Amino acid sequence: MKKKICKPVLAVGPFHPLQEEMEFFQLTVDGEIVTDIDVRISYNHRGMEGIAETLQFDQVPYLVSRICGICSASHPLAYVQAVEELSGMTAKVPERALYVRTIINEFERIHSHLLWFGLAGHFIGYDTVFMWAWKYREPVLDLLEMITGNRNNYGNVRVGGCREDIPDEIKPKILQELDKLEKKTEMLTKAVLDDPVLHVRLKGVGILKKEDAISYAVTGPTARGSGIGIDVRRDDPYAAYSMVDWKMIVQDEGDVFAKAVVRLLEVLEAVKIIRQAVKKLPAGPIATEVKEIPAGEGCGRAEAPRGETFHYVRSDGGNRPVRHKMRAPSFVNVPSFKASCIGQSIADVTITLAAVDPCYSCTERIAVVDGQKKIVHDYETLLRLSREKTTRLRKEMGADQMKLEDE
Amino acid sequence: MKLQELDDNLQAVKDKVISVEKTTDKRIYLTCESENALGICNFLYKDLGCRFVIATGIDSDNYFEILYHFAYDELGCVITVKSLIRDKDNPAVDSLANLLPAASWIEREVHDELGIEFKGHPDMRRLILADDWPDGVYPLRKERKK
Repeated sequence: MKKKICKPVLAVGPFHPLQEEMEFFQLTVDGEIVTDIDVRISYNHRGMEGIAETLQFDQVPYLVSRICGICSASHPLAYVQAVEELSGMTAKVPERALYVRTIINEFERIHSHLLWFGLAGHFIGYDTVFMWAWKYREPVLDLLEMITGNRNNYGNVRVGGCREDIPDEIKPKILQELDKLEKKTEMLTKAVLDDPVLHVRLKGVGILKKEDAISYAVTGPTARGSGIGIDVRRDDPYAAYSMVDWKMIVQDEGDVFAKAVVRLLEVLEAVKIIRQAVKKLPAGPIATEVKEIPAGEGCGRAEAPRGETFHYVRSDGGNRPVRHKMRAPSFVNVPSFKASCIGQSIADVTITLAAVDPCYSCTERIAVVDGQKKIVHDYETLLRLSREKTTRLRKEMGADQMKLEDE
Repeated sequence: MKLQELDDNLQAVKDKVISVEKTTDKRIYLTCESENALGICNFLYKDLGCRFVIATGIDSDNYFEILYHFAYDELGCVITVKSLIRDKDNPAVDSLANLLPAASWIEREVHDELGIEFKGHPDMRRLILADDWPDGVYPLRKERKK
């Protein structure tokens, strides 16, 4: 009988206690180099598509905002837009509601990108970046709480408009916080772009080539970091995005550095969008009365921080959807690891997996297993490998620690 | 490309579709029999350069439906191919996964939910159902929902 050859497998996952998703990556390795990757998901399958069919149309937004704590504005927005489309009332949503939706969704993008940036810094040994990015994220969550009553799971959109308005009294506060945030983000962006160690550490790492990005149909910063200029906010404008001035950020390189630059510059664009939206916020009601949802079908799309969120809703004229399909951006972004991780060294895998921002759930229980299932490397070792590479590069280059200036 | 040109281009597959429906300017639904779905999707992806978004599996009364949603980003359109599988006892359809790696996961998911066979799929393992879920029980089939 032919003896089966056991290749060493690096197991990443399946559970991360800090964040809410579970994913399990099995990396086949040859020495330090990854030669194949297999992804297993659905350790936390909650059957939401089935549950949505048991709820009434007006209850579903509260369900879908709980798909993800971070994208809890874009999922309900995509759903609500699908229902508005199927009932032919897209044009009847009051303009003020469109602006409120825009403001909340852009705040969500800012806090999500800053969260990612902090984690990415942590994984390559830039803990100051981690502390500071998360510190700047706090006031954003406070503002969201002031507007919607919650730091996450805002539950602020409903079919036909919004639930909570933005009171005029807090507009100066929002503008003031945006000014502060803009300065901090500019400082962080400059620190990253000027740091020679980061250029060496992140450039050329985890490249997702443009043709792979197309065949895996990735979206969001993962696509825009690989030179694909797609953004639902521009291509199929919803909320108030066509009424404010902003630009889409695209980088061609496809590596981790490009994705970091896309996210940082998007934070600055988001600040611009919110500032305009707050200043232009029109007077009037924030919701229109909805009586019945007719039979029909509709597709709702929203650009979440990680990419396009897509919802398909079908109604038979009753008070519940007969089918509700939800697709989060990570569903198409995560399989692209097959293209971006192969050929990478183990020290680069942590940051390559993080670059897609897959609700970074995977690495707390990370272990290298050989053919006899013996654990050789654990999570701490891999984190250490990743951070040591940064330190080694810094020494080789004779570079200083990154300088960050805060008052 | 303008919307009119897109409509003209879609004429290339008109002998494969049963009906073309536009619910709004930016939402196009092409209904077809399941054996023609692969050809239409191939045309949308390879010739028109559409981006695959996701597929939705539905248990309708007389047939299964698989809705392949494609995005035509230049115009912000969503083109949905509605593939009707009339054999409810042994539902099967050609897999898109060899043409489009992006379709691999969702076909595994639809297989888990509805028990539809995807012919030629390279890796038909379970995606969302647990390993100890019983064989032949499909959570989104109508008889199960009742």
